[in-house]
Amino acid sequence: MQGEILRFLNEWLPNIMPKWPIFFRSLGETLMMVGISGAFAFVFGMFFGVAVTVTKKGGIMECGGVYQSIDKVVNFFRSVPFIILLAGLIPLTRLIMGTAIGVRGAIVPLVFGTTPFFTRQIESALAEVDRGVVEAAQSMGSGPIEIVCRVYLKESLGGIARGTTITAINLIGLSAMAGAVGAGGLGDFAIRYGHQRNQLDVTYVTVLALVFIVNLIQILGGMVVKRNVH
Amino acid sequence: MIVLENVGKTFKDDDQGTVEAVRDVNLKIGKGEVYGIIGFSGAGKSTLVRCINLLERPTTGKVFVNGLELTALSEPELRKARKKIGMIFQQFNLFASRTVAQNVAYPLKYSGMTKAGIAARVKALLGLVGLEDKESAYPSQLSGGQKQRVAIARALANDPGILLCDEATSALDPQTTLSILKLLKELNSKLGITIVVITHEMHVVKEICARVAIMENGVVVEEGDVFSVFANPKQKITRDFIDTTSNLSKIHALIEEDSPIVRLKPGECIVKLKYLEKDVSEALVSTISRRFNIDANIIFGDIEFLGGAPVGGLILIVNGARSDIDDAIAFLRNKNVGVEVILDAR
Repeated sequence: MQGEILRFLNEWLPNIMPKWPIFFRSLGETLMMVGISGAFAFVFGMFFGVAVTVTKKGGIMECGGVYQSIDKVVNFFRSVPFIILLAGLIPLTRLIMGTAIGVRGAIVPLVFGTTPFFTRQIESALAEVDRGVVEAAQSMGSGPIEIVCRVYLKESLGGIARGTTITAINLIGLSAMAGAVGAGGLGDFAIRYGHQRNQLDVTYVTVLALVFIVNLIQILGGMVVKRNVH
Repeated sequence: MIVLENVGKTFKDDDQGTVEAVRDVNLKIGKGEVYGIIGFSGAGKSTLVRCINLLERPTTGKVFVNGLELTALSEPELRKARKKIGMIFQQFNLFASRTVAQNVAYPLKYSGMTKAGIAARVKALLGLVGLEDKESAYPSQLSGGQKQRVAIARALANDPGILLCDEATSALDPQTTLSILKLLKELNSKLGITIVVITHEMHVVKEICARVAIMENGVVVEEGDVFSVFANPKQKITRDFIDTTSNLSKIHALIEEDSPIVRLKPGECIVKLKYLEKDVSEALVSTISRRFNIDANIIFGDIEFLGGAPVGGLILIVNGARSDIDDAIAFLRNKNVGVEVILDAR
């Protein structure tokens, strides 16, 4: 029986069968890139998203200067195509990471590519919090930091989870693109073998793996959303 | 005790113009009082009430609460002072992600109380507003009236001396409105809490307020105890508010559409009697018909109790000799009853 399956796989996936170790190493690289740059983007995006929300007109710490600066920088990075960002950030990446290639080299551009997007996701999640609820918290004597933690973030947990899911999935796409410029990972794997050597089964298996990861994230995200929306 | 001194609030609008939402308001609201501020929308009443706890910082004037000048406090001091001024809102403004108990517990977090102490306090507060069994429900599972009760419990968590109600019943149906007003009245007498009620509905003022201020275009145009303000309105807007609940003004509509009830025979006239004093114990209608030998037919009447005294009046068709009717009117005026001849077919 086992032999049957093996023969079947060898027949239909002739190119991928000998490459499982490379495949899993690539998968690990993808997960590492997504995990590390995702963690940074999460923290930075959260910070800037909150900052934009509280400093905008009518916000609890209204400050036009801060708002305008963050807003403009975010818009700038969002308008640069990621592939150009990858190239453009090489000097900075070298400065920070010591190298511009491999997983380490991909992290800086991934953080720059994802943070502005996630900032907007957080901003729109926090915008769902009713102004009246914030006012109620103020009337109970809450200060700005307390309002951010106990009202804005708590009330929009569902929206934040949704934004995080979308951003994480986006990030997987970007990490595959980073693979094209030598970052490794599943994108690199698919291009090197599936595309350049025309081994179609490699491409298919890679795509399947990505579909699986994306679905997993979507399902997890959906569960978190569901728990936090009443 | 709340004192507003020359309070004004000016907003800048988008094209750099300015809007004076509140102008030069002077009010004194006594401890334990239920005070109404009534005005149509846009009158500036919501801005005014936010000037009391400085959710809107007044551009001019001073705000004192229990002798403390709020307008002179630093931000942290002000936040401390706000804990003693509860506020409830038209849209309830509950935290949707927290249960009823967690909503009520929100303002107790940094109060230095133990977990068990907070739980006990929350239970007591929910008991006070009659929602003991809803502890673990989420706001989305509650009716409007229940939501407002939770909001009241939350506003009372830190034992405030003042409760500000910003259109607190405007999103509720009439019956629920009454039950919330009843609760506020109870809290006022049980806890001695000062209540400031902002509303555009006359019956809310009638139901619970002892004193009232009428606002128009950012200015308090009339102020005083509810009875004297509404029995003897000096401003047109005050009369407009009375008309929103009194049906005495319907007489004009009836005359206009030539209703059979108001068709007069020769020698008759329609008069409106209005009580201007708290004492209406005299049997005025039967007195005039006996003394002046006239017939008085009551078409309709509308008498309300404001602050425990009757306000309103009667519409009569009187029939009799011309001089007798004149004498009767003079007699009534002498008794301090407002008399207005609305239609005269003599």
